[in-house]
Amino acid sequence: MIIIGERINGMFNDIGEAIKNEDPEPIQEWAVKQVEAGADYLDANVGPAVEDSPEVMKWLVEVIQDEVDAPVALDTTNVDAIEAGLEVHEGSAMINSTTAQPEKMESILPLVAEYDANVIGLAMDKSGVPKDAETRTAKAMEIIANADARGIPMENLFIDPLILPVNVAQDHAPEVLETIQRVKKLADPAPNTVLGLSNVSQNCNNMKLINRTFLVMAMAVGLDSVIAEANDEDLIDAVATAEIVLNNDVYCDSFLNQFRKK
Amino acid sequence: MAVEIAKQNWDGQVEELTIGATEEEGGTRTSTVTVGGETTLPFLHFEGEIPNKPVVALEILDEEPKDWPEPLAEVWGDVWDDPAKWAKKCVEEYGAELIALRLTSADPIGQDRSAEEIAETVEEVLDAVGVPLIILGCGDEEKDNEILKAAAEAAEGENLLIGFAEEENHSTIAAACMVHDHNVIAQSPVDMNICKQLNILLTDMKVKTNQIVIDPLVSSLGYGMEYSYSVMERIRLGALRDDDMLAMPMINFIGEEAWDVKETQASEEEKPGWGELSTRGIQWETAMGTTVLQGGADILVARHPESKENIEAGIEELMTESSYE
Repeated sequence: MIIIGERINGMFNDIGEAIKNEDPEPIQEWAVKQVEAGADYLDANVGPAVEDSPEVMKWLVEVIQDEVDAPVALDTTNVDAIEAGLEVHEGSAMINSTTAQPEKMESILPLVAEYDANVIGLAMDKSGVPKDAETRTAKAMEIIANADARGIPMENLFIDPLILPVNVAQDHAPEVLETIQRVKKLADPAPNTVLGLSNVSQNCNNMKLINRTFLVMAMAVGLDSVIAEANDEDLIDAVATAEIVLNNDVYCDSFLNQFRKK
Repeated sequence: MAVEIAKQNWDGQVEELTIGATEEEGGTRTSTVTVGGETTLPFLHFEGEIPNKPVVALEILDEEPKDWPEPLAEVWGDVWDDPAKWAKKCVEEYGAELIALRLTSADPIGQDRSAEEIAETVEEVLDAVGVPLIILGCGDEEKDNEILKAAAEAAEGENLLIGFAEEENHSTIAAACMVHDHNVIAQSPVDMNICKQLNILLTDMKVKTNQIVIDPLVSSLGYGMEYSYSVMERIRLGALRDDDMLAMPMINFIGEEAWDVKETQASEEEKPGWGELSTRGIQWETAMGTTVLQGGADILVARHPESKENIEAGIEELMTESSYE
């Protein structure tokens, strides 16, 4: 299970402030904390406090990678900011994200190929989040076909079937599970799948319980990675346990610790 | 239509481990043995690296064996009352690169020799030959903790391989290996979960991952070898899938198992359908060795020099580069 730590996001006050004041410390603290908790990638999102510019993204990537070895998920809709981040990024970055919209793919996928990066492909286009699994799968297929045509290997592609909050869009959750299952059959080798997990519980009660329950269900149908709160101990415990039950990791008595050490 | 060669890209690598230390390295060995380092399944040279060939060690005891069958007595009978001579014969006559010395004389229900006497034996064998040693206890946990500690101390600087650390009894021997700079064999009872947990326990004690060898406790051909074989395959797959706690080289005591079954002991009068006893045991041990090689064995410990020779011939062929260009 690939865990993308969500915490370095300008939507959080401490990060927003840090970006505004160009203070690397809170960002680096969260980078270390998330990696220690088991995060494989660190999502980086400038947030609303300052302008989403190439300079800020470049600064964010450098600040993070000065402190930890982990790759960064460049979380922005600004293509210039993505490119600026890729230029300074060490190792294989992740781009968060493209949709199935042709112009969007046209601008993002060449960067993916050029920098040998990974990319999250949202199973939607300009008409918004699809209602059913069929349409989601169709959008995923468009991204897969375009990525393949540009020589992007399937393991670099992360299809996000887009989960919505269960309180207001309850009927979407089963469709998302169905989509994950279908996407894993669209190519051989199959593309990766990813979820922006915290979305499922927005404005609900018992958010963390909803998050980890849904995550385990999604893993059972083929989820490969997740953007989530890496420092939610119960969530990481649930992931580690699901990996054992799915026979992805070899069981040992210290499996909870072992998962975090990987 | 061209044929495309399917290659698996593995993320992990088996740890590389060296047994023995030469004078420059602080020991007195004239040669060392390095195993492990694989980045692919056994002998699949075309999709990864196999930097070191598997090694076949010869096993000796520190007292005259009680139950070794005729074919073994024929080869070793003239030297097996003296471990130093026995070791010398292994090296000089049969070209052993590695010797496993099993300290059975320490057994409390046998000779019950003391830790001091055992340490002397280890020193004698170290003096007699220049190849690195594997040192094994007598099987009695309490006594082994005593004698292996003494042996580790007596052989300080020689970078030997010492066994066994087990899940319920590992701290004394692991500590002795760490203090005196030796490698340790982690033995688990045909159970990869315990195998992994034991490696975690050892590394928690700060034993380095490249100083541990996994013994998955293989059973004899015809007596459950396939259980150990599939455990070995899963351990190797774990290592290649980047599970650090399964990424250690593996050792198999094929001699001990192969020569302990009726197929390698029964006379021709008793079992006329089984053919000659003189070749039957060697074939049994050879078949067992060549099979576990395919499961990922890095060190085989054999008892008959002819089996060793047969298996080594097989290894030489299997180490021939098979890359597709």
